[in-house]
Amino acid sequence: MKSFHTFRPVLLEAAGIEDGFSIESYRSRGGYAPLEKLLVEKKPAEVVELVKSSGLRGRGGAGFMTGLKWTFLPKDHPGPIYLCVNADESEPGTFNNRILMEDDPHQVLEGIIISAYATRASTAYIYLRYEYPKSWDALQKAIDEAYEAGLLGDNIHGSGFSLNIYLHRGAAAYICGEETGLIESLEGKRAWPRIKPPFPAIEGAFRKPTVVNNIETMACVAQIARRGIEWFQSIGIPADPNNPRDPGSYGPKLYCLSGHVEKPGCYEAPLGITARELIEHFGDGVWKGRRAKAVIPGGISMGLMTEDELDTPLDFAGPGTVGCLGLGTAAVVVIDDTVSIVDFLHNSCRFFAHESCGQCTPCREGTSWSLRMLERIRAGKGRLRDLDLLTEIGDTMGMMPGSTICGLADGAAWPIKNSITKFRNEFEDYIKQTNPTGYMETDPVPALPIVTTH
Amino acid sequence: MTTAIVNGQEIEIQANERLNCIEVARLAGVEIPHYCWHPGLSVVASCRMCLIQTGTRNPETGDISMVPKLVPGCQTPVKDGTVIVTDSEVVRESRARVEEALLIDHPIDCPICDKAGECLLQDYHFEHGQSERRADIHPFSSRRRDVGPTVTLFVDRCIMCTRCVRFTREVSGTAELMVSARGAKEEIDTFPGFPLDNKLSGNVVDLCPVGALGDKDFLYQQRVWFLKKTENVCGGCATGCSIVTEHNQDTVYRLKPRENQHVNKWWMCDEGRYGWHHLHDETRIVEVSRRNDTHWNTVEWTPALSQVPKDLHDAGRLGVAVSPMLTIEEAWMLCAVARAIDPDAYLAMGHVPSAGNDESFPGGFTIRGEKAPNRIGIEMILSMFGALTENSTVSGWDDFLEQVQTGAVQSAWITAGYPTPEMSWCDEQTAAIFDSTNCLVVQDLFHSPLSKRATWCLPAAGFAERNGTWVNSGHRAQTFEQAIRPPAGVWPEGRVFWNLLGRQGLYDPESIRETIAKNSVGFAALSGDIPSLGVDLRLQQFAGT
Repeated sequence: MKSFHTFRPVLLEAAGIEDGFSIESYRSRGGYAPLEKLLVEKKPAEVVELVKSSGLRGRGGAGFMTGLKWTFLPKDHPGPIYLCVNADESEPGTFNNRILMEDDPHQVLEGIIISAYATRASTAYIYLRYEYPKSWDALQKAIDEAYEAGLLGDNIHGSGFSLNIYLHRGAAAYICGEETGLIESLEGKRAWPRIKPPFPAIEGAFRKPTVVNNIETMACVAQIARRGIEWFQSIGIPADPNNPRDPGSYGPKLYCLSGHVEKPGCYEAPLGITARELIEHFGDGVWKGRRAKAVIPGGISMGLMTEDELDTPLDFAGPGTVGCLGLGTAAVVVIDDTVSIVDFLHNSCRFFAHESCGQCTPCREGTSWSLRMLERIRAGKGRLRDLDLLTEIGDTMGMMPGSTICGLADGAAWPIKNSITKFRNEFEDYIKQTNPTGYMETDPVPALPIVTTH
Repeated sequence: MTTAIVNGQEIEIQANERLNCIEVARLAGVEIPHYCWHPGLSVVASCRMCLIQTGTRNPETGDISMVPKLVPGCQTPVKDGTVIVTDSEVVRESRARVEEALLIDHPIDCPICDKAGECLLQDYHFEHGQSERRADIHPFSSRRRDVGPTVTLFVDRCIMCTRCVRFTREVSGTAELMVSARGAKEEIDTFPGFPLDNKLSGNVVDLCPVGALGDKDFLYQQRVWFLKKTENVCGGCATGCSIVTEHNQDTVYRLKPRENQHVNKWWMCDEGRYGWHHLHDETRIVEVSRRNDTHWNTVEWTPALSQVPKDLHDAGRLGVAVSPMLTIEEAWMLCAVARAIDPDAYLAMGHVPSAGNDESFPGGFTIRGEKAPNRIGIEMILSMFGALTENSTVSGWDDFLEQVQTGAVQSAWITAGYPTPEMSWCDEQTAAIFDSTNCLVVQDLFHSPLSKRATWCLPAAGFAERNGTWVNSGHRAQTFEQAIRPPAGVWPEGRVFWNLLGRQGLYDPESIRETIAKNSVGFAALSGDIPSLGVDLRLQQFAGT
């Protein structure tokens, strides 16, 4: 019996409960009591220590240690310190934040209040994705309820701690999910990611120390405060004792299962469930009885896993072992065996060419060039040489080779690299079949006009 | 002392200098190519042309540990023991790739581009790019649109370094330019209804490393490789910006700022930038003429130069107005000539044009309201000749007018040279004061009510046509060379005064400068060679006392 068979949802506790989003329902499930207790009993530094020792890693995609991030804030800063909550959930395939915000906004708010208390932030901004009007309504209603209940505002429950939460709606750009892009956008500027250092913890929003955390991370903070470190560490994959740099993957995680499965949805499971278990157990298998050809482990920017690699555990370290970028947002998208990988890659390239902010030359031109090549390949004018060019673009753009400011280009590069390395035969066959006379051409050929993405 | 290692070569820099890798490499004679970085603007590290490898040398063991990935040189500060590698295979490949990427959407219309010849994209591609194009050939259009009254934008040539955007935000403080759209489709643009129209807007053209921003004044006028460059000083206002006059065959085509941290940093104002057109104005005075009642006779220079002093001498007490447009050398010679004609000659500052108050910009640039380049220098020269009023200030133009009005001066020599053809510097009423003089010599660029009353009308030279030294509002003396020859028939003032002093050979401002430096504590710093950025006369004075 695997652990996920007996696992009872915690973060998604309210899902399906009628009126689960109200403050009464949340209180009846034990919510806000830990916060009230913590405000009285614990000092901010102790809360930071609590989260740090729980081993909670950020759920936004990079998997950075949340508690560690908080300790980067300057000590004895006169303030203000800001907490930015990243709800700009734009990674294709991802919708776990949305479920949390719509079904259980108070859980998120409690996490925000605890985190703000720990980081001594007196202002929190929730940067909400433009396309989430229902989340906006739910969060705003929850914030209003919290203000009424005295859980927000000045001097919360006489603790001397004050917090105001502002809901900020973005204008629909993927790059606003990058933490410094988010900060720039919040400040009213073009969301061009900043060069680091300084990191936001030193100089962030409005040039003040800032913590940027994901919505799901906030929900996890609320659960850690309620259920404790031992509960949290009993779930997931423990740290590898042989690798001192592995902090482990603890806690529950919301997996967004979509694509060609029978039962797509947002499922909560312990970190470390394999992609196959997720598809079989929660998704009732690949749809129409077909076989999976590939699976995106955590949002399109993380790359591709082949059918053979489906037994990889989806924890923070797992996808990396099969050449993917990482766990990302744990948005598992299943691609069945009828799908052309060329089409998949074209779609991916179109997305990143559209969403590249255009600041760094390698990403701006690389994403657009790769899209141009894919357009041409799909139009039957591909050349085998294009595959080498695509691989080279993939290998050289991004933060990892050092050629860009933010990680968007890495996200654009991974699907290219993974598709071509793992499905090179399919690409070659496609090009040879669709361009039987010109596939060996090596000179530059005319580009086709790019189909506009909107 | 901080030591950095650039390509294996050790470079010592001052410990308090905050330099980035590009600057330190430059000290070592190594160029790190870059587009978006400019020392006068904030760092964005977005063009990625300056990617290099860096590392640190352990001071104890001497071991070098390298950073595994490439870093932008502009963003990386140099500390003690910083190792910079700019010539490795990885760095070269990365540069070639950035060049390739920049050319994917670039129209490569160099033959019809004004920037060709001084274009960083061209130069860097030649040096760092690859000869083969691997990208698809994309049909291009070089769309052009005006972004303001003086600047035009060739949209597709842009490489999105955003220098111009940052300039309008950080230096001019007007923020007209912005980036619109996203990814490869993004463009530089203005906000609707707010064109790029500020007093420093021409600088964005200098900042543009490629041919995207064009100066409408210079557009299609001249290929840049025909232009000769002469280091000059702008005569537009008392700031005295260091500039480069670019000219060909005695025609000026454009002025560009020259970096001078003491004066203008990297910038100059539009008024100065486009303030050379008067040099080639058709209404300029280009011949010596003597008035015979209402009739003007043209006179050759040689007879004129022997006749003018006689006329002035015979007319009564001489008064000379020394224009603040003259160099100190010319002013000194003029005063000497005046004293030779009449030992009791009255010397005063000429008219000092002004327009409004000083205007400062966030980037630390100031346009002065005083529209003359050398008032302070002239004042110092005049005080050398003891031309002071009772309260030991230098006599001004108003004092001069009063002297003429009261009849204390019967013969007047007015040097002018104001670059305003469309609006005369001297109105009818003021000019009428001079009706009482017996002899009036006017030396000017353009005719004015005053020149119409003159006995002798002498042509003057414009700023690029003279050489010498100006002292700006910050007491900085800058010497400059003659860029172009004046129009036929015009002798620069220096040559005229040199001849009047009876000196032999060609006018030699250096010898005059030596004489001035020897005879005045204030000008002592002008002895010997003067650095191209000028010298601060006050500092030298303090050092001397």
